[in-house]
Amino acid sequence: MSITDENPTARGRTDVEPALSIQDLHMSYIVRGEPRAVLRGVSFDVRPGEAYGLVGESGCGKSTTAYSALRYLPSNGRITNGRILAGGQDLTAMGTSELQEFRARNASMVYQDPVQAVNPVLKIGRQVAECFQLLGNVSKKESYEKAEQALVRVQIAAPKSVMDRYPHQLSGGMLQRVVIAMALASDPQLLVLDEPTTGLDATVEAEVLDLVRHLRDEIGAAVLLIAHNLGVIRTMCDRVGVMYAGRMVEEGTVDEVFDQPSHPYTKGLLNSIPRRGLQKTDRELFSIPGTAPQIGTALNTCVYIDRCPIVTDTCHSDVPPIVDRGDTHWTRCHFPDRISEVPDPAKTDVVHNVIDTQVIGVDGVSKTFRQRGGDVPALVSIDLGFGVGETLGLVGESGSGKSTLAKTMLGVHEPDEGGAITLRGRPMATKATGRNEESIRSIQMVFQNPDSALNRAWTVRRILTRAVTKLTGVSGDEANKKAEDIAEAMQLTKRHLDMRPRQLSGGLKQRVAIARAFAGDPDVVVCDEPTSALDVSVQAAILNLLAELQRDVKTSYLFISHDIGVVRYLSDRIAVMYVGRIVELASTDQMFDGPVHPYTEALLSAVPNVDGEAADRIPLDGDIPSPANPPPGCVFHTRCHRFVPGLCDVSEPDLRDFGGGHMIKCHLEAEQLLQIRPKTVDA
Amino acid sequence: MSSFIFRRALLSILTLVIILVIVTLIPNVAPGDPARKIAGGTASPERLAQVTESLGLDKTVPEQLQDVFSSTLRLDFGDSFTKPGSSVTDLVRASLWNSFKLVLFALVLLLPLSIFGGVVAAYKKDSLLDRFIVNGGVALSSVPEFVAGVLLLALLAVPFSFFRVVADPPEGAGFFLQLQHMLLPALTVLTVYFGYIARVTRASTISALESDFARTAFMKGLPTREVFGKHVLRNSLLPTVAVVGTQLGYMFGGMVGLELIFNYPGLGRLILDAVQSADYPLLRGGVLTVALIYMVATLSADLIIAWMNPRARLALGES
Repeated sequence: MSITDENPTARGRTDVEPALSIQDLHMSYIVRGEPRAVLRGVSFDVRPGEAYGLVGESGCGKSTTAYSALRYLPSNGRITNGRILAGGQDLTAMGTSELQEFRARNASMVYQDPVQAVNPVLKIGRQVAECFQLLGNVSKKESYEKAEQALVRVQIAAPKSVMDRYPHQLSGGMLQRVVIAMALASDPQLLVLDEPTTGLDATVEAEVLDLVRHLRDEIGAAVLLIAHNLGVIRTMCDRVGVMYAGRMVEEGTVDEVFDQPSHPYTKGLLNSIPRRGLQKTDRELFSIPGTAPQIGTALNTCVYIDRCPIVTDTCHSDVPPIVDRGDTHWTRCHFPDRISEVPDPAKTDVVHNVIDTQVIGVDGVSKTFRQRGGDVPALVSIDLGFGVGETLGLVGESGSGKSTLAKTMLGVHEPDEGGAITLRGRPMATKATGRNEESIRSIQMVFQNPDSALNRAWTVRRILTRAVTKLTGVSGDEANKKAEDIAEAMQLTKRHLDMRPRQLSGGLKQRVAIARAFAGDPDVVVCDEPTSALDVSVQAAILNLLAELQRDVKTSYLFISHDIGVVRYLSDRIAVMYVGRIVELASTDQMFDGPVHPYTEALLSAVPNVDGEAADRIPLDGDIPSPANPPPGCVFHTRCHRFVPGLCDVSEPDLRDFGGGHMIKCHLEAEQLLQIRPKTVDA
Repeated sequence: MSSFIFRRALLSILTLVIILVIVTLIPNVAPGDPARKIAGGTASPERLAQVTESLGLDKTVPEQLQDVFSSTLRLDFGDSFTKPGSSVTDLVRASLWNSFKLVLFALVLLLPLSIFGGVVAAYKKDSLLDRFIVNGGVALSSVPEFVAGVLLLALLAVPFSFFRVVADPPEGAGFFLQLQHMLLPALTVLTVYFGYIARVTRASTISALESDFARTAFMKGLPTREVFGKHVLRNSLLPTVAVVGTQLGYMFGGMVGLELIFNYPGLGRLILDAVQSADYPLLRGGVLTVALIYMVATLSADLIIAWMNPRARLALGES
């Protein structure tokens, strides 16, 4: 091994020993004594200094693979074949204490959901210091000093005070920095990140990803990254492996895989996300038909045969070989040259008509939570109107008041005196319990998590029939008939009607939840992150369904999502919220053409772009202010990159029309908002 | 935190007031004439009137309540009817001390064993040992304490003279002799509660072991022993503390059967005797004492939980 390069951590070097080498890894879960295959011969290398991404839908084995890099197996998991080599050591042959030593010194992990990943009853300082104590040769005092330095390294605000705090006193973004600080305590050669930014706001996600990039350059660790967000993979990784049913089906550099996918599955995956500013009026999203094979299924064939549009007899009889598509790019497909035959999703010619008549209105709605220690104005004078068949996208960081607005519309929260939710111009009762059938029927909700939104003990038929009866008053056979019709409109089969939610997949459950909401022909359906728990291909099917229902029955949506691409696809207009206020309200085109509110500008710049067109990011420093204690003047001035002292911190701007109904709550004029961004970080 | 204790104290006082009212009302609603029951069927009318007066039953209910509350506030619980010359305070104090000794000894045996059993069962989940602990515990708990007591007497005290039949040690017995006498009743408590506490501990330990933070601890490279000692137990013992806190009151006042079998003069028997002999002042004193123990025990459990768990502290501080 000769080091000729000046930079010993040069990315993607092929002349050095890989930091992680997974070789023909087979793994099974033992279920009732029977082994069920989850990994069917996975092989890949991650080189020092390189970032390697794993993508694929849930159940494909990517997390199992990632955890196997630190040999963390579920209690019923068995490695049946293959080797896991890290720094020349074979993890499969290690004893307990060797493995502990390996985890403490050579490899670390960062997890999804940092809030759960730290011990809730111990102070941060103690948990970080523990990592240094494990490395040995430090006194307790020194380990705490090192812990504080580690927190400085991950650029956490006020590290000294963070040391002395408990996890529940920190935000998700800060906790993820803490977890990263712990992971980097030993300057590991291998860093495994499992969905490190899922569940974090786009702005926080961007900061965490920046940090990981920066630290990777600093310590030259090999990075293995799992993310279902393909944009994150594209912007973070050098190479990517696509997994399906426990097998790697394609591998290459991110540009090769994302721009010239050579496996039908990769192509399907990429077609199912809204890319390059796609909107519902352009075309449907591609949804991969069928479902992935169950774990444990014997697959001496191509793993993708059930869902492949170009499948032949050969695919049914032989495991496809690895076919090189370039020096670094290969695919496991019998017919990589026929990839162009995989049909592109059809263009839609159906026009989405939005009728301007306002069906539901939010008129001057404020919501103040009264609690000990002062009032918390969670919503401040919100005005919104929903046209017939219109989708209003709602974006903003956590804590901006999106869900409070949704709940106030639904009558879960009562708005303050003076505000009203109107139905065709007439105010509805403020509380859901006081609303008449017509009002209740008119606004319905689809939740993020269908598991907790559906009664697990009931069949789908009973859930839907009851919704029909409750919302429309019909009962008996008539209600049953109606429930069947709705189920059919949701592309649920008769068979599904007599199943219980736990027997259904996530996507089917969400269809049932949508069917429930549509049981009474609602005017507006509030969708709160309806697809964020779903795989992209299932998400595509749900988004298609929502768009189709809207075309057919002219329902309006309040669509809340942190995924800007999805919001852009489905929305006619987009509202941006910040600290309980609407800071911008614009048609989707207006918003993406600009000029926009500085907050919107920062929010949009934080989105990791799956198309690889890196844009400069505008950092948002610090956390979103608490609505209990909003900054004076413009609430955004504390984080604004266009802050004008003496103006923005003194008076609060109005929501003004910048032309064509494009409302922005900012003191600056359009020309000023379009000026080159004053401070940015390189993407 | 201090406001939490203050509010809890207020709530406890309210509970004590309600209990006092109920206990005071009992002689008024009890079937038959309590005075006749106490004085005996052949008592003269004068004697009967005297007893009625001493019971306070010649007064209206509000007057009775007023008397009871004012004497309670002065911590004067009066004299026992059935044991003339002995004050309720002295009688309750003696029984309370006896119960305290027994419960403390039982806990010293019970807590380490059942918590260790639960943790081991969780760590070796689904193993033979786990099944043995869980199912054995269920089997033991399903036997009522007085049956378990009799069984232990038959199995241990009859063949081995080391185990004493009577729990109450002779006057002036030394520390170890007292323990020897209390061993069988304490073992009975152990059999009754082992399964319950072990299972609560097992369930919460399993969920703590499966939690993300335990995974983080393992991934840091901590040895299993430290993962348990530093991360898992501190979270998983919270429900155990709550359960022990709520069961303490029962252990003090509710183990009547146990105290009868081992002829042990604890609080449970004191209250039972008071009920049977219509000794209302004594009953009042006994019931109030048990209620007080209940409150102190649950409050202590909450405070221990708050000390162990910062989030609980937060909830206490806010609500």
